[in-house]
Amino acid sequence: MQWIWFVLAGIMGGFFGGMGMGGGTLLIPILSIFLGVEQKLCQGLNLMSFLVMAIISILIHHKNGLLKIRNTQIIIIFGVIFAIFGSVLMTFLPSKILKFCFGIFLCLLSAFEFVKVFKK
Amino acid sequence: MKERDFETFEKINIKKKIVLALCGALIGFVNGFFGGGGGMICVPLLEGVLGFKNKVAHATTLLVIFPISLVSAAVYLLNGDLEFLSFATTATGVVVGGIFGAFALKVLPEKIVRILFVGLMIYGGIRLMI
Repeated sequence: MQWIWFVLAGIMGGFFGGMGMGGGTLLIPILSIFLGVEQKLCQGLNLMSFLVMAIISILIHHKNGLLKIRNTQIIIIFGVIFAIFGSVLMTFLPSKILKFCFGIFLCLLSAFEFVKVFKK
Repeated sequence: MKERDFETFEKINIKKKIVLALCGALIGFVNGFFGGGGGMICVPLLEGVLGFKNKVAHATTLLVIFPISLVSAAVYLLNGDLEFLSFATTATGVVVGGIFGAFALKVLPEKIVRILFVGLMIYGGIRLMI
């Protein structure tokens, strides 16, 4: 019955993602902290789940005319190159260090989001 | 004002191009290294530098992150950091949750949900560090 927890974790991450907040930044810690899944596996799960969800969302957004590709190509080209670099680097690090780095990353993001919430 | 400027002058200067390239590199690195989170940098980038409206920035971010996540997922897959059953269950949850979230957006007060979101992130961040 352990699979039901993965569904619930997914629902929780997806819920915030669907509301336009970073779903992945929550799904990874939920899987890692509460389900005790190895950090690297959490990250892989998040990437794959994102791809599935994104296909559906992109199609809906396209129908609603919300996509604007112009000028984003530069971001994509550099993004893809450095994504390979980042994910290959990740494979050399132990999960314990990754977890710590992800913790720092989350704290930085939340500080940033905190300022944004109260500025609006 | 910013939005109108963007509509009239779609061509961007070299300075902006450099900013986009540097941020793109950061987004790609972070998203590959951490398996997510690139979107949270991409949305403010599209809003701030390209003057996209909030909704357009959110939607386009998915399109930008998609190829980035695709290559990262390929590396994870080759490294063996994926498991089919947990993927199928988590992805199902994400899709169901995503649909709920999209509808909830119209009903729930966004500010309160955002504060809850930030709270959860801080908790998660600290728990992962210690």
